[in-house]
Amino acid sequence: MIQFSEKSLNEVQKIFARYPEGKQKSALLPVLHLAQEEFGGWLDVPVMDYVAELLGITPIEVYEVATFYSMYNMKPVGKFVFEVCQTGPCMLRGSDDIINYIKSKLGISVGETTPDGLFTLKVVECLGACGYAPMMQLGKHFREHLTPEKVDSIIEECRSFSAINN
Amino acid sequence: MSTKLLLDKANIEGIRFYKAYRENGGYAAVEKAFKMTPTEIVEEVKKSGLRGRGGAGFPTGMKWSFLAKPEGVPRYLVCNADESEPGTFKDRYLMEFLPHLLIEGLIISSFALGSNRTYIYIRGEYAWIPDILEHAIEEAKQNGWLGKNILGTGFDCEIYVQRGAGAYICGEETALIESLEGKRGNPRIKPPFPAIKGLWESPTVVNNVETLAAIVPIFNIGGEEYAKIGVGKSTGTKLISACGNINKPGVYEIDMTISVEEFVYSDEYCGGIPNGKRLKACIPGGSSVPILPANLLFKTAKGETRLMNYESLSDGGFATGSMMGSGGFIVLDEDQCIVRHTLTLARFYHHESCGQCSPCREGTGWMKRVLYNLEYGKGKLSDIDLLWDIQRRIEGNTICPLGDAAAWPVAAAIRHFRDEFEWHVLNPEESQVRNFGLAHYADAREVMV
Ligand SMILES: Cc1cc2nc3c(=O)[nH]c(=O)nc-3n(C[C@H](O)[C@H](O)[C@H](O)COP(=O)(O)O)c2cc1C
Ligand code: SF4
Ligand code: FES
Repeated sequence: MIQFSEKSLNEVQKIFARYPEGKQKSALLPVLHLAQEEFGGWLDVPVMDYVAELLGITPIEVYEVATFYSMYNMKPVGKFVFEVCQTGPCMLRGSDDIINYIKSKLGISVGETTPDGLFTLKVVECLGACGYAPMMQLGKHFREHLTPEKVDSIIEECRSFSAINN
Repeated sequence: MSTKLLLDKANIEGIRFYKAYRENGGYAAVEKAFKMTPTEIVEEVKKSGLRGRGGAGFPTGMKWSFLAKPEGVPRYLVCNADESEPGTFKDRYLMEFLPHLLIEGLIISSFALGSNRTYIYIRGEYAWIPDILEHAIEEAKQNGWLGKNILGTGFDCEIYVQRGAGAYICGEETALIESLEGKRGNPRIKPPFPAIKGLWESPTVVNNVETLAAIVPIFNIGGEEYAKIGVGKSTGTKLISACGNINKPGVYEIDMTISVEEFVYSDEYCGGIPNGKRLKACIPGGSSVPILPANLLFKTAKGETRLMNYESLSDGGFATGSMMGSGGFIVLDEDQCIVRHTLTLARFYHHESCGQCSPCREGTGWMKRVLYNLEYGKGKLSDIDLLWDIQRRIEGNTICPLGDAAAWPVAAAIRHFRDEFEWHVLNPEESQVRNFGLAHYADAREVMV
């Protein structure tokens, strides 16, 4: 059975309180963020069905939203997702080279996950960090002014974080 | 030094928190404004000449006066913090470092418009910023600037932060409203306009982060004083986020009297082009506005000095000018490839099209594929005309302006750099290893002397 933790359920109640009576559907995007965080980094169908039930809406209303927005993952991803920006302003400052470097360093192509399940490489469009390019999103934060050395140290950081937390 | 109204206190230690913000004059604008009536506040904003900083530049006071006020129906103010236009990262700076400035502006604006529930809709990728904003909101509430019966006026107001989830189109105001209602970000057909029917069918005003932050200095110094800064209809100050091939990328506040040349080369701003390279082109107002070659950037076609303001940047129309847009200033040096850069933008718009209108959904994908062929040496000369034709058929034929925003960059690239596209077709192998360079787009500074 899929069920949010007590903490997340409290969070959901707080989110509901932001909207007027009868407008809980507005909670859909924030609740999907919570669900993705809590249930393994992606939105499986049973998870979306659970969210529909929680909000009192039909499952299709959840599916159509989940598939529209790029931050919701529709299939499993690695523990650390490197989302490298490739739009013009980042390209002008070498994002192509950084993407190639990550590919060769991790031995995967864009969209793939390393066999150990640790890293997924994605390319994304402008994240609002154009002045600090090249950059990527990693979890909740941005990693900016990327260089090959910086990428190496981020990969190391992820590996040791995962070793400690396993 | 130019006038600073928004970032003047950005370097004060602890300004992100209430104590330092208040000690440095914060919330004085709320005290002033709450002594006025909502109608007087709107009049004051009209006097200031403030224009929307989200991209379109529509006068804010006028927009506010259009808000319908039917009896017994709630009204809403929504702050547009979706900031997704490539080249634009100014709102992020305000929210990250001066959250109380935005909250203060939101309190005054909510009072003026009668919004008891005000939402900040922020792009989902700025995932660490909602915590900063919510902390500031909590501090404001504890100090009596939010909540019930603010300053004894009988006005109640709460501010909530809502995260998006990755969709540029949700910056368009009706798509944003749909998204805030928990739906896909599909723009609505207008009319009705949000001022009549917006969030949950209620009258709604959507304003950009920077617009709402600018409300604070307007009440601190007065609308008339604000209007004296800048020139003509470009009043006050504007944030410019500068990026690309410059020495000092970052967010700058300018009063709109400085020249584009000063902005690019002065050490106070961009600090010139790195590695002694020359300037090739610039997109002065975010990816949607027309690119300008160096020779049209510093001087208009009439030979006048081009200034960093709404009128001057658009001087010459689309034939020889561009637009202020969102203030996303993207600089390309002599080694950059216009075809490749345009391809990344076309790919962006194709990715972000919501898919409701066929000219946008199909046209953006088609432009991307044609540009891909041109960039990778598989193009034909007729492809350039084809591209021109596709963009022309998108423009003006769609529900929302994303279609135009996708068409304009392609049109401008062909208009000003056609020979570079042709060179790609005629030299398919060479174009894979070398860029076209500057060719006849001689450095603007050399042309000028
Ligand atoms: C495709 C598209 C994307 C937009 N993105 C943004 C955005 O990220 N931020 C913003 O403030 N306005 C954006 N706008 C403009 C808004 O629709 C709206 O005009 C603006 O929020 C009004 O605020 P203002 O009057 O304060 O400028 C966008 C418009 C379009 C058509
Ligand atoms: S122009 Fe494009 S983004 Fe706008 S409504 Fe039509 S398909 Fe959607
Ligand atoms: S282009 Fe990469 S963050 Fe804007």
